[in-house]
Amino acid sequence: MSEISLAPDAADALPGLSQPSGLLRWIASVDHKQIGIMYIVGALVFFVIGGLEAMLIRAQLAQPNAKLISPEFYNQLFTMHGVTMVFLVGMPILIGFGNYLVPLQIGAHDMAFPRLNALGLWLFIFGGLLMYFSFFIGQAPDQGWFSYAPLAEQPYTSHRGPDYWSLGLFVTGIGSVSGAINVIVTVWTMRAPGLTMRRLPLFTWMTFINGFLIIFALQILNAGLVMLEVDRLFGGSWFTPPGSPVLWQHVFWSFGHPEVYILILPAFGMISEIIPVFSRKPIFGYEFVAGSTIVIGFLSFTVWAHHMFAVDLGIGWHAFQSAATMLISIPTGIKIFSWIATMWGGKLRFTTAMLFAASFLVIFTIGGITGVTFALVPTDWQTTDTYYVVAHFHYVLVGGTFFAVYAGVYYWYPKVVGRMLSERLGKWHFWLNFAGLNLTFFVQHFLGLMGMPRRVYTYPDLPGWGTLNLISTLGGLISALAVLVFVVNLVWSARRGQPAGDNPWQAWTLEWATTSPPPPHNFEELPPVRSRRPLWDLAHPEDPDWKREH
Amino acid sequence: MTDKNKLSMFLFLLSEAAFFGVLIMSYLYYYPSYTGERNSPLALDPLLSGLFTIALLASSFTLWRAQKSTEHGQRGGQRVWLLATVALGAIFLGGQLWEYTQLIAENITISSSLFGTAFFTLTGVHGLHVFGGLLMLVIALGLALGGLLTPHRAIGLTMVELYWHFVDVVWLVIFTLVYLWPRL
Repeated sequence: MSEISLAPDAADALPGLSQPSGLLRWIASVDHKQIGIMYIVGALVFFVIGGLEAMLIRAQLAQPNAKLISPEFYNQLFTMHGVTMVFLVGMPILIGFGNYLVPLQIGAHDMAFPRLNALGLWLFIFGGLLMYFSFFIGQAPDQGWFSYAPLAEQPYTSHRGPDYWSLGLFVTGIGSVSGAINVIVTVWTMRAPGLTMRRLPLFTWMTFINGFLIIFALQILNAGLVMLEVDRLFGGSWFTPPGSPVLWQHVFWSFGHPEVYILILPAFGMISEIIPVFSRKPIFGYEFVAGSTIVIGFLSFTVWAHHMFAVDLGIGWHAFQSAATMLISIPTGIKIFSWIATMWGGKLRFTTAMLFAASFLVIFTIGGITGVTFALVPTDWQTTDTYYVVAHFHYVLVGGTFFAVYAGVYYWYPKVVGRMLSERLGKWHFWLNFAGLNLTFFVQHFLGLMGMPRRVYTYPDLPGWGTLNLISTLGGLISALAVLVFVVNLVWSARRGQPAGDNPWQAWTLEWATTSPPPPHNFEELPPVRSRRPLWDLAHPEDPDWKREH
Repeated sequence: MTDKNKLSMFLFLLSEAAFFGVLIMSYLYYYPSYTGERNSPLALDPLLSGLFTIALLASSFTLWRAQKSTEHGQRGGQRVWLLATVALGAIFLGGQLWEYTQLIAENITISSSLFGTAFFTLTGVHGLHVFGGLLMLVIALGLALGGLLTPHRAIGLTMVELYWHFVDVVWLVIFTLVYLWPRL
């Protein structure tokens, strides 16, 4: 048997326009790498917009009884900040990474359906633009990212905000579902010879499982959006009397809780790629890291009503949801232990990527622990709708998802661009962001426990509230500075960074077996895949993994 | 399953099952409050809708035959069975429209009661899915008449067929829960 096999389907021509140039080369592209980059760049643009919204919120809250912006604008800001960060930043940036990396990690030349792939991208972009268009007619959504009925219903919100919200999310939702189907089919049918499901890189594994969460969860949301619009546009009564707003909460959180995992599973996947490479050890407990993802996927659809303890659904519901919520922390805990065990005794290299990945473990765990406190009904009743909740989910979404994405950017940027990001600027970015995040959100735990409610335009001058809020705002400014350093690094390094070479980190998965950036067909030739670390086997013919695995 | 086309349609239908699942569960969520003559499924005519249901079921059979004829390159059978499928699908949709006009004439509308909202949302969204399927079938019929739906393109018709059967099964669930169950 020859040592080198050809990439599957490498002889097929890429579909699409022949030899377009300039801007058209991007707009008309059906190449998974270009589409992945456009997803990520689009998400970063929305990230800056959503970040500016957060800055305005923090500016308004810096002092008690402030009147910096109007209450109406404030409501629009916190609504669009949430919607933007969840649907227009978190999801597309993770889908973008999946688009770029999944075909490379499985040794394929593209996604299964390149045109469908492009459709998903443009639905994301136009869905986002549709929602933001609402600002230009002065009727932006202001009912919160979850659009609780009856507030989002016609009698209470007579402007078009909730309609822009519904239709915008419907458009991006269809895009997400089509993208998820594409990823699942790609992983299932286009793996390189020898790359079995049990040898799949963990980022691809988790993106694959995430596809299933997306196709179910987003369609649950779509059904809810249809019902909400039936009420708003055609005078229905799904969520207004004689209907019940509690049904909206059931539907929304049946989507909303899996959504939390949609935003974190691919991030877990990135951490599972980065920590082993910078510890110079294979992942500890591959089967458990991969298998616990499936458990999380199933359980995530059973715990939605822990978002609804304040509705008081009865003791049976509370007991079940409380137990299920504690249960779901176990597979996540397994992953944390696997990552720590991978680092244990390894030759650690604290590059910027590894700094973000290692601090992810700490910050995400803090967010996870405050999360478990919400599983206890009495604690939840005390803290629900306070800044304690805001602190909790920013620890998991910023310290979790975003720190993992930053780690992923520092790790894979050399592959995408062909040049290394500046480690010097990277370290500045990391420490500023680490300090900014903790300053902003750690104090909010205390504000919440003292009873400061969420989503308030301003607050009275109670003892300590002004100081803690000012600290939070200063932390926000530091985070903004960190993002500025990050963006400067992205732009500067694209021109001036050190050339990366094929495999700057001596990593082991297939994306590092090709050039940086990869050619249009990704691979001229593929190394044989006989274990989870094909490039380790290639570099160490005297001690390959596949001799030890069997 | 290693055929990427069939697998993708299968996944899409799984996601559609979640979509319809939510609407059906929401319909049932309010079931106890569907009381009174004009706020309950008793306002519906299960016999008439049963006839249209049979038309839809029959269309699944004719589409299966059309797909087999396509695979075997029998162009005559392909055209006849496809034409029958389109006609039966159109009868179902026409029947639904006629049912809607009757109900609206009795002042049972999407905004008249909780039952009205739930009924028109559920059956309306299903009707839109039938309409989408019918569009695809008309395109397939056009291709067949132009001689373009050759055996090696049969996979395209197979995809439409999978979708059509799914929409059919969803209707059976809706028909049983909305029309038949209240009469038991």
